[in-house]
Amino acid sequence: MNFDFSDDQKQLRDQARKFLAEKCSPKAVRVVLDGKAPYDKELWKGLAEMGFLGVAIPEEFGGAGAGHLELCVIAEEMGRANAPVPFSSTVYLAAEALLIAGSDAQKKRWLPAIASGEAIGTLALFEGKGNPAPKNVKLTAANGVLNGVKKPVADGAIADFAVVAARTGSSGRDNDISLFLVDLKAGGVEVKNLTNLDPTRGQAEMTFKDCKAEPLGAAGEGWSILTEVLDRAAVLCAFEQVGGADRALEMGRDYALDRIAFGRQIGSFQAVKHMLADMYVSATLARSNSYYGAWALSTNAAELSEAAAAARISATQAFQHCAKNNIQVHGGMGFTWEFDCHMYYRRANAMALGLGSMSYWEDQLIDRMRKKNAA
Amino acid sequence: MNFDDTPQEAEFRATARAWIAANAPKQYEEELRKSSLGRTVLKNANILDVAKAWQKKKADAGWACLHWPKEYGGRGSSPIERVIWSQEEGPFGQLSRMFIIGHGMCGPTMMAFAREEHKRTYLPPLASGEKVWCQLFSEPAGGSDVAGLRTRAEKDGDDWIVNGQKIWTSGAHYSDYGILLTRTDPTVPKHKGLTMFFLDMKSPGVEVRPIKQASGASDFNEVYFTNVRIPGHQRLGEVGDGWNVSLTTLMNERSAIGAAVSTGFPELFEYCSSLMLDDGPAIEDRAVRSKLANWAVKASGLKYTSMRAISALSKGERPGPENSIGKLVAGSMIQDVATYALDLQGASGVISGEDAELAGRFQAMLLRAPGTRVEGGTDEIMRNIIAERVLGLPGDIRVDKDVPFNKIPTKGRG
Ligand SMILES: Cc1cc2nc3c(=O)[nH]c(=O)nc-3n(C[C@H](O)[C@H](O)[C@H](O)COP(=O)(O)OP(=O)(O)OC[C@H]3O[C@@H](n4cnc5c(N)ncnc54)[C@H](O)[C@@H]3O)c2cc1C
Repeated sequence: MNFDFSDDQKQLRDQARKFLAEKCSPKAVRVVLDGKAPYDKELWKGLAEMGFLGVAIPEEFGGAGAGHLELCVIAEEMGRANAPVPFSSTVYLAAEALLIAGSDAQKKRWLPAIASGEAIGTLALFEGKGNPAPKNVKLTAANGVLNGVKKPVADGAIADFAVVAARTGSSGRDNDISLFLVDLKAGGVEVKNLTNLDPTRGQAEMTFKDCKAEPLGAAGEGWSILTEVLDRAAVLCAFEQVGGADRALEMGRDYALDRIAFGRQIGSFQAVKHMLADMYVSATLARSNSYYGAWALSTNAAELSEAAAAARISATQAFQHCAKNNIQVHGGMGFTWEFDCHMYYRRANAMALGLGSMSYWEDQLIDRMRKKNAA
Repeated sequence: MNFDDTPQEAEFRATARAWIAANAPKQYEEELRKSSLGRTVLKNANILDVAKAWQKKKADAGWACLHWPKEYGGRGSSPIERVIWSQEEGPFGQLSRMFIIGHGMCGPTMMAFAREEHKRTYLPPLASGEKVWCQLFSEPAGGSDVAGLRTRAEKDGDDWIVNGQKIWTSGAHYSDYGILLTRTDPTVPKHKGLTMFFLDMKSPGVEVRPIKQASGASDFNEVYFTNVRIPGHQRLGEVGDGWNVSLTTLMNERSAIGAAVSTGFPELFEYCSSLMLDDGPAIEDRAVRSKLANWAVKASGLKYTSMRAISALSKGERPGPENSIGKLVAGSMIQDVATYALDLQGASGVISGEDAELAGRFQAMLLRAPGTRVEGGTDEIMRNIIAERVLGLPGDIRVDKDVPFNKIPTKGRG
């Protein structure tokens, strides 16, 4: 047994951390946060040049062909740096959907463009309130055209293409849903930017009006593909969340050592020490659950669905917990726009919702555990 | 990243499995499986006898205290082999919990500080369960603040004479030996005047009085010392160096990983899977599922955290203070899980013992749980350890640190 990343993977992590420390300082993140740019184009280009965008894309489609463990390592660093780029929507959702269900031609069309940074992709699933469920997909597909409204769509305003979940049947079962691929530059989609909790990663409303679309995967298979995409993305997002949680903990720790009150470092007060210790505990549990998810993802194990749900819940909790208490440790300073604490608080709470809320993942986890126990 | 056994590990596992299948006391398997909450009860047998017999059998075949050197009764196994063994031993491993203080703390302390001839004399019968050991640290005046203890040891020729009182000593009533932390110099600051010994619990002047616990059981004791004579060669470490020696003990206590900490979660999940509530199966209930999911990820988080620690150990890294999280998380979780299981039982949850749901399994869990959060360092002490040693935050301010022990003001139960 070796339940750890390899030396090569750790080296990749160091490389990514160094790169992001240089190219993705909090100052750079703030350009996007303050609304001066929709995302950090320079950083996106740099990530492509480093080979990070295509790390899990096979070489024949223009990627590095490394694998998902390597992608997990990079995801953690993206979270740590709070990178203001459409990484999760493009790399975890759109690219993974293509890898799972794309035809050879579709893969050739989009995957090299993702790896090289030329194309931004996203998944258009949600339609207002509600969790991922076939019954919540109302947008219709008929005769190769889509009609309906999706919101929120992560990075929708900057995306070049979208994977769209559409209703193609009325049997009331999962196989009413099919997936489509839409070139957003080809017309037929109206995109409106939405303000959202975390401006460093945009959200949009997309209105499809007789929009031309090509099927992605077999008709009626949409829901089962989506479930797998969401599971994979849950593991990858968990690493971003673990990275963010770790960074929030580190910020809190550093501030507790620095700030003096009542003639002492505030980190010498037990209430503060214990709060930080609890942050460490939740970040550690999340990391361990995520490692298991990474193992399952990289080996395509049957355990993936359960591991993904556990990683998702644990990492969401840890990031929210660390981000909120980081502000608490910082006191009044923590509640200023000037300090970086709120960027992590925003990201933590936005990420908690992006793949379906906690109640969705709780249900998934329990269903999957029951299935395993019954087997 | 992989969970596969290396060929060597696979061979070890197969050998262990075959031996356990042929030798384990199977008649107790079901009962052991059902008492997974720190309180093992066998209906028709004395648990200590059963535990001793199993331990002896293991020792004779070379399966006791696997990681100890062979000359002291172990097998010289790697950390991974130890884990594989505990996976294969399954519920029978519960029996070894009777010896956890001896094997986890006293043994390693002896190994680090006893004379060679003592190691060869005392360690093999400790490994084989023939002799049981206890740890005599805590006192009314010194629990979390171990160094605040007052039991005195005074030199008398080559020997030492001990007077004082210990408390909460687990297993003292059936122990043959104990490691004993004493004060040998009250005129220096508290950490500097301590000395460690080991002693025969049958020595004249040792009196063990069982204490009835909050749970109703009596696993721990008060131990009184009246002019107990300990030969000088039974000193562990230097005179005045007892604090250091005890730190070794406490570090070992925390690194006794491998056996997963129990959280109560598997029991609760199993219970909810078959439980019917007024509105249908518990497992279909939104609120129940949410609770379960939140505990599930804590339990799995702990499991994989210990796997990460084992991977690090197998690469030669030392166990660190991060291992403190197991008990910290599991302790309060067991308590919450038990509380919730009783809540699901409604008014009848109040019934305990044989007449209760599942023969009172969760009621027993509830009543034992508070002890888990105190023994081996309280939740607060665990958080201090994480904050100070993992995160590098300042130590608590210690007003008594540089004051001679006999000048420290005292008040309260001491
Ligand atoms: C089931 C059980 C078995 C045990 N077995 C043994 C044994 O075999 N051998 C042995 O030597 N001892 C044993 N003990 C004793 C155990 O180690 C002590 O009870 C424990 O260390 C706590 O000490 P205390 O009881 O004196 O509590 P106290 O130290 O008086 O603590 C009371 C409260 O104050 C808090 N507190 C104390 N100091 C601090 C601090 N610095 N910061 C924050 N909070 C603090 C504690 O967390 C706790 O909440 C056992 C205890 C139990 C419950």
